[in-house]
Amino acid sequence: MKRFLNIFWLAGKELKSVLGDPVMVVLILWSFVFAVILEASGAGDTVYNAAIAILDEDKSTLTRQVAAALDPPWFQPPVLISSDQVAPEMDTGRFMFVLSFPPGFEADVIAGEMPTAQLEVDATAVSQAQLGTDYIQNILLSETRAFLSGNPDAPEPALRLELRRAFNPNGDPVWFKAVSSLLNQLSLLTIALTGAAMLREREQGTIEHLMVMPLTPFEIALSKVLANVVVVLAAFTLSLLFVVQGVLQVPMAGATPLLLTGTAIYLAAAAAIGMFLGTMARSMAQFALLVIMVIIPIIMLSGGMGAIESQPDIVQRLTMALPSRHFLAFAKAVVFRGAGPGAVWLELSLMAGLGLAFFVASLALFRRSMSLSG
Amino acid sequence: MKPALDRHRTREPLTARLTGVSHHYGKVQALSDVTLDLPAGRMIGLIGPDGVGKSTLMGLIAGAKRLQSGKVETLGGDMTSARHRANAGRRIAFMPQGLGKNLYHDLSIRENLDFFGKLFGQDRAERAARIARLTRATGLAPFMDRPAGKLSGGMKQKLGLCAALIHDPDFLLLDEPTTGVDPLSRRQFWDLIDTIRADRPDMSVLVSTAYMEEAARFGHLVAMDAGRILAEGSPAELMAQTGAGTVEAAYVALLGGEPPDHPAPKVSAPTTDAEPGPPAIRAEGLTKRFGDFTAVDSVSFEIARGEIFGFLGSNGCGKTTTMKMLTGLTPATEGEAWIFGEPVDAQNLDTRRRVGFMSQSFSLYGELTVRENLLLHARLFHLGHEVTAQRMEELVPRFGLEPYLDQGAASLPLGVRQRLSLAVAVIHAPDILILDEPTSGVDPQARDAFWQMLLELAHRDGVTIFISTHFMDEGMRCDRISLMHAGKVLVSDKPEALIARRGVETLEDAFIAYMLDAHPAEPPADEGSLTVDATPDHDRPAPRFSLQRLLAFTTREAMQVRRDPVRLVFSFVGSAILLLIMSFGISQEVRNIPFAAFDQDRSPESRAYLSGFEDSAWFSQRPPLADADEMQRRMASGELALALQIPPGFGKSVRRRESAEIAGLIDGTDTSRAGTVESYVEGAHAHVQSVGAKSALALSDLATPRAPGAAQPVRLEPQFRYNPAMESLPAIGPSIPPLLLLLFPAILMAVSVAREKEIGTITNFYVTPTSRAEFLIGKQLVYIGITLLNFVILTALVVTVLDVPLKGDPGALVLGALLYAVAATGYGLVVSMLTKTQVTAVFAAAILSVMPTLQFSGMITPVSSLEGAARIMGTFWPTTWYMGVSVGTFTKGLGLSELSGHLARLAAFGPILTAVAVLALRKQER
Repeated sequence: MKRFLNIFWLAGKELKSVLGDPVMVVLILWSFVFAVILEASGAGDTVYNAAIAILDEDKSTLTRQVAAALDPPWFQPPVLISSDQVAPEMDTGRFMFVLSFPPGFEADVIAGEMPTAQLEVDATAVSQAQLGTDYIQNILLSETRAFLSGNPDAPEPALRLELRRAFNPNGDPVWFKAVSSLLNQLSLLTIALTGAAMLREREQGTIEHLMVMPLTPFEIALSKVLANVVVVLAAFTLSLLFVVQGVLQVPMAGATPLLLTGTAIYLAAAAAIGMFLGTMARSMAQFALLVIMVIIPIIMLSGGMGAIESQPDIVQRLTMALPSRHFLAFAKAVVFRGAGPGAVWLELSLMAGLGLAFFVASLALFRRSMSLSG
Repeated sequence: MKPALDRHRTREPLTARLTGVSHHYGKVQALSDVTLDLPAGRMIGLIGPDGVGKSTLMGLIAGAKRLQSGKVETLGGDMTSARHRANAGRRIAFMPQGLGKNLYHDLSIRENLDFFGKLFGQDRAERAARIARLTRATGLAPFMDRPAGKLSGGMKQKLGLCAALIHDPDFLLLDEPTTGVDPLSRRQFWDLIDTIRADRPDMSVLVSTAYMEEAARFGHLVAMDAGRILAEGSPAELMAQTGAGTVEAAYVALLGGEPPDHPAPKVSAPTTDAEPGPPAIRAEGLTKRFGDFTAVDSVSFEIARGEIFGFLGSNGCGKTTTMKMLTGLTPATEGEAWIFGEPVDAQNLDTRRRVGFMSQSFSLYGELTVRENLLLHARLFHLGHEVTAQRMEELVPRFGLEPYLDQGAASLPLGVRQRLSLAVAVIHAPDILILDEPTSGVDPQARDAFWQMLLELAHRDGVTIFISTHFMDEGMRCDRISLMHAGKVLVSDKPEALIARRGVETLEDAFIAYMLDAHPAEPPADEGSLTVDATPDHDRPAPRFSLQRLLAFTTREAMQVRRDPVRLVFSFVGSAILLLIMSFGISQEVRNIPFAAFDQDRSPESRAYLSGFEDSAWFSQRPPLADADEMQRRMASGELALALQIPPGFGKSVRRRESAEIAGLIDGTDTSRAGTVESYVEGAHAHVQSVGAKSALALSDLATPRAPGAAQPVRLEPQFRYNPAMESLPAIGPSIPPLLLLLFPAILMAVSVAREKEIGTITNFYVTPTSRAEFLIGKQLVYIGITLLNFVILTALVVTVLDVPLKGDPGALVLGALLYAVAATGYGLVVSMLTKTQVTAVFAAAILSVMPTLQFSGMITPVSSLEGAARIMGTFWPTTWYMGVSVGTFTKGLGLSELSGHLARLAAFGPILTAVAVLALRKQER
């Protein structure tokens, strides 16, 4: 009971310090409102406004028709270039694609001789190159068919593949980016806030004050974790309701209480990591460097910037130790697929386990850290 | 009350003249309308407690601080003129407050002095001669190679003095040179100053001090309070004016207070010695070692109940560490301690209830109010409502806290904060109070009031008080004291007994006598002159630019980086790790797409179609789906990225050459992955058809159009340039070093400048003739070198670990890296102009280099796709051009001629950014 009260009073003090600092409040607002909106609606890795040039040695109605069909927002208006410009312009990166039509292209099409158009692709950006090639192929085919039949709804091949996307039928990139951006903000804020709270107490000497009172490191550490979880969770909830669901119009398939429960568990794990870094660092400057080194893998390897399956095996095994990976899997399942507790229990327990491990580790370092900054 | 101010301005020659000088920091007024003449060739003392504006005044006179209003003339010229400051700088020496604050702690005595010599343009022989003379005279000669950080406080101050005297200044400014220094070193320090004065009687010296006892040494005193001059004159004049017996009493009288009785009254001797039981505190052979440094060496003592026991000693003598061991904050290396007979044990929460602790620095929560601070502590001790209310009622008036109850603790005056700290420490009515230097920086009046409270606590409430201090007069107020020096207790007894035993006048003399007993080897200053006989050539105008000074900063920075390799390790190891993480993290390659088939047909044709997916490296097959529900469920669990549904009658349709449709369901949660999966599925679908053509099955026939010539009327033949296999790593690998080679150099560079600001060594730049370009470029050279090393490491990793061959011209890449290193460090310099602390430097440099690089440099979105403002940002961002060089040489196989445009643009950034930083840097502190 006394323990519980201690944690309660200390957490209350922590809350007052976080909310009493206007810089912190502005930072939290910025992260959960503007940063999420910016990140979610920013241009991504899909083909957008790609620079394309056409080497037209045919100069026919068909080639002009194809050129006109390469339109925004996917492509910039094509630029006509000559054959000796191709290599240098590709080298300087002025164009991503150069489409060349050989002489007599239109005549060959009419004669049914299946002529070949060449497409030079700058493959230094792999996914844009791949997707852009697919788009250009489709445009070329449909324009040619339309040219031949005079009808844009030309007949299709008999064996058809009908592809649909589950959970995000229109493939709106904002949905997923909004969730992964929320994860980034959660991680950065929670780790930085908790760790900095710990270091501030050490640098200002107030931690010594607490340590000579009848309090245990467990109570001190837990109160910090709880206070920061409460602050960030409240900000997250508001951001979810008003920014993600309100401004960005991302639908929520699953149960909000389940999402919040999982988020609370993730936040506790992230706060434990912050605590761990806060006890490890000798000074605020070292802590700042540590946070940068830790936050980048947490964000980049969580699956938000590249699928987990495309990581090499060894990296996949290492990222098992990142709570962020499990949180993203959990959040995707609940938000988009409407998963229930039965489907996400594994992620939840992994996050909880990892959080506990970091918390125990920071307790082990707690006393050592005091003599470091003394 | 202030006749000194009304006196006619003197006609004797002046070193400095201040007219109507005011200075403020934010809302705090540090100086208000100060008018003051400092006569030349004198030793002038500036007295007053912390925070009255002494340091600001000295900074302004020395030209280290930027003048806000009024006029300051030093050595006959206006200090707002940069030209005059540069010339006068060679005749002024300024030693800022704080032990060794302008020294470089990881550099040895010799290296420190050598650096200062170079700043004043001395050649090697001259430096060697001067360093030898100064160190001999100060007794530092035997320790030439010891790092400044490992010197005792007294030695640091001597080194600081040597650094100040290296160029034979005409005007020496010493800001609290003896605060926190042991009494023997203090005495030696003043003897040194006297020697210098005897050597060069025309030299002017301005000294500030918070020790009123020292003030009697100075020929002329300037007493300050709250940013104003209270009075000036000789010590005798001030005492006569106020009718006080000591300078301290005179000062208190000038403040308008009652002169305190001296010596302070001692309430009757402890009345509690009859109390039974073990002593309040007993320590037996307490020892604390940090590595090979012994902070506390076998300390033993006993404190009786109800006694005021003092630890008297300088900064760093082990007082704080001993107290921390007693409270269990830090474990003892050897020895043991008991509190009321119970061994000190960090786990024992019960003894903690009997102890109140007040640590050296103010350690309450500044963001909480006075009331909240008191309540929080009462609650954490579980005092209960009634007791809490009762204690608050008792303590708040007793410590005079009523007017401040709802004020934030951070905004309280220092004296009130000390009282609050004490109130918090006793809220739970402890039996023992441990107070670590509770009165440092507090003015004499507040200190006196504080001691009244302590005496009351001890002698009325019977609280045992263990206090540490470096003030001799506070030692006199204790019942018993221990004299501490260099981790050892020299002796313990009643202060009067100690004085009597040594047969001296004051406690300070007794202390010095005991110190000399313990360390007879302590080298007294050698005979020998501290100043050069030849008159220094001060009249020659200072050169505006000196390569020697620039390189002095380079050498020094390089030495510091080598001695403290944490930052180097961070840069090299950190960037290597990030390179690997990012290469794999941003990889867009999608492999092993988990898929399952929902084959409702189960015909040879449907199996033939599916085998095309099973055999592909891109797909990995999971157990087939039995029904639509299972398909929904397994998609929802995230197990499957793709489900293929083949409708009943598929085989029949194929055999009859009728139209057939296959449905594919893709997990659309991760949109970019879904897009890639989509294109792979379409690719596999097309592949199955063409392979099917060769098989007996008529799959391919289905693709044959019903309307001839309508389908596949053309072919598109894509040529994937630079990366024909469309592998992810060759595409991403070379684009990551450009980000890291901006991020890390910018952080290191910004931290390096911010560190000088934070630690205070930037004062050396303010008060020496160093120009802004010399300071910044001198430091920058080191980090350009580090960046190039980092470049080599990253390039090696890209080639070996990521296995991306360097196809183009290595020369172009190296040239690009060199130009980029200048730009990246230049950018770090610009960032450092915006930040004051190392923490903000790290975060600002990180955010300001990562964000624009990800958005505008072509790392994620190709530059050719950017438009509008983003395109402009990209054009004026150095990474864009180095990205072109890195990707160009690695992946595109380009050479110097193809990349000349990129290199030319890249070359412009470094000089421009550096110039911006040089122009933005202030030569004076605000």
